[in-house]
Amino acid sequence: MEKKHYDRPLITRIEAGMPGKSGLRGELPPTTHIDGQPVAELIKTYGSPLFVFSEQTIRSNFRKAQKAFTTRYPKVQFAWSYKTNYLSSICNIFHQEGAWAEVVSGFEYEKAMENGVDPGKIIFNGPGKTREELLKATENGSLIHIDHLDELYLLIEVAETSERKPRVAIRVNMDTGIYPMWDRFGFNYENGQAWDALNKIMYSGKLELMGLHTHIGTFIMTANAYGVATSKMVELARALKQKFNFQVKYIDMGGGFASRNTLKGSYLPGSDTNPSFDEYAEAISSALINSHFTPDDLPLLILETGRALIDDAGYLLTSVIANKRLSAGRRATIVDAGVNLLFTSFWYQHQVTVAQGVSQYREDTTLYGPLCMNIDCIRESINLPVLNPGDHLVIHHTGAYNVTQWMQFITFRPNVILIDGTGNTHLIREKEGRESISGMELLPGHLQKIQE
Amino acid sequence: MKIKQQIAISDTGFLFNPSTGESFTVNPVGAEILAMLRDGKTEDQILETITGTYTVEKKTAEKDLHEFAGMLKMFQIIDKE
Repeated sequence: MEKKHYDRPLITRIEAGMPGKSGLRGELPPTTHIDGQPVAELIKTYGSPLFVFSEQTIRSNFRKAQKAFTTRYPKVQFAWSYKTNYLSSICNIFHQEGAWAEVVSGFEYEKAMENGVDPGKIIFNGPGKTREELLKATENGSLIHIDHLDELYLLIEVAETSERKPRVAIRVNMDTGIYPMWDRFGFNYENGQAWDALNKIMYSGKLELMGLHTHIGTFIMTANAYGVATSKMVELARALKQKFNFQVKYIDMGGGFASRNTLKGSYLPGSDTNPSFDEYAEAISSALINSHFTPDDLPLLILETGRALIDDAGYLLTSVIANKRLSAGRRATIVDAGVNLLFTSFWYQHQVTVAQGVSQYREDTTLYGPLCMNIDCIRESINLPVLNPGDHLVIHHTGAYNVTQWMQFITFRPNVILIDGTGNTHLIREKEGRESISGMELLPGHLQKIQE
Repeated sequence: MKIKQQIAISDTGFLFNPSTGESFTVNPVGAEILAMLRDGKTEDQILETITGTYTVEKKTAEKDLHEFAGMLKMFQIIDKE
């Protein structure tokens, strides 16, 4: 006789009464396939844990965002935010779709160049650019977004040694009615710093002012803030026109659009509450087209959104190592992907689904990673079906920031694969080995042996 | 392991403890174990039946049985030995 499928024995107390503030629990169906590829096969071929990216989702997200803006405003340009995910395969999908590059370090700048991006279409942001980096960007004709006065003066010096005039914008920070207000980057609008910096640029004659840039924050849950920010940018552009008869070529509204993820402590899931591309586009483009700009001199609208374009195209596959009971009887499950790989688990309640047929019995579980560190918790409380060691789980919406902010800590980082539009899989970053880490170490002679 | 006298267990895996008013559900493997405990089967007999009926190795079944017994104790369904 064929044996029956085994689920470990489970007993659950029935808790009657009023539902808690989170309402009834939703039960998510298992994720057995990603873009037609069986999760179990992917793990068998590439190992566990495993990052998986869907090219189809990336392209579809990009086109959705592009459509949301171009149907409302005639001149739109996206620039891919390298820090969100700078795996070259991912960057090149965005570049193929027409995105420029937005970089924030010399390393990212070189990466964009290596990927073949036209240097005139690289936006160089960030507070930490060196003289050499500024010189290179100047000579290449890249767009340099000035963060502070020291950089402005340094760039004027650089301009004197270069045959080309640096093409610049200033980053502006402002109060858009949201908390927290980001004021550590760029020049403040309300106290006049931004206007002061623009005057310095115009009077210096050494820099070619191209546009204005802002980036009001991250994971902005209200599209209205972008409307306020755009109006303030328009005011600066109007002042430049009035005083210098100068027309800005572009207004760069940065990024910060929320993805479908759910922030910790949120009452409702992010997929239900976070603004759509259309809402952000409506706020920004309305402020632009209702402004003083005439149809002939509308500036180019640049957007540097990263997270909202890539988050739901990334999955982290993981496997159950063990189950245990905590002191008060609470179920805990240990999986082989921890916070070393999933940096975003510090602020998101990542959606987690099982990758195989599910038992109808579920239990509140704490999901821990494999690190011997107390902080290694993926979800403090999640209702999951009964899991056995070796079962696979899929962690959703992991495409943004994880493969750039992940840590080499305690163990190695895993393979990263891409599923292309036709369902073929490609290894796009190899897993680390001992040599990837120890290979960079140097041992002084007297420490090469531990015994004489 | 002995299930407390007053605990009512239905065939569909529903438990009621009249002395505390608490109700519980168990999954099919759990229900089968409870039925065997009620019949006075020993741990070894239970393990033999489970490994004979389900696709599970003995060491896994044993570990799960111990944990299940721990939960039964915590919920005061079996007497503490």
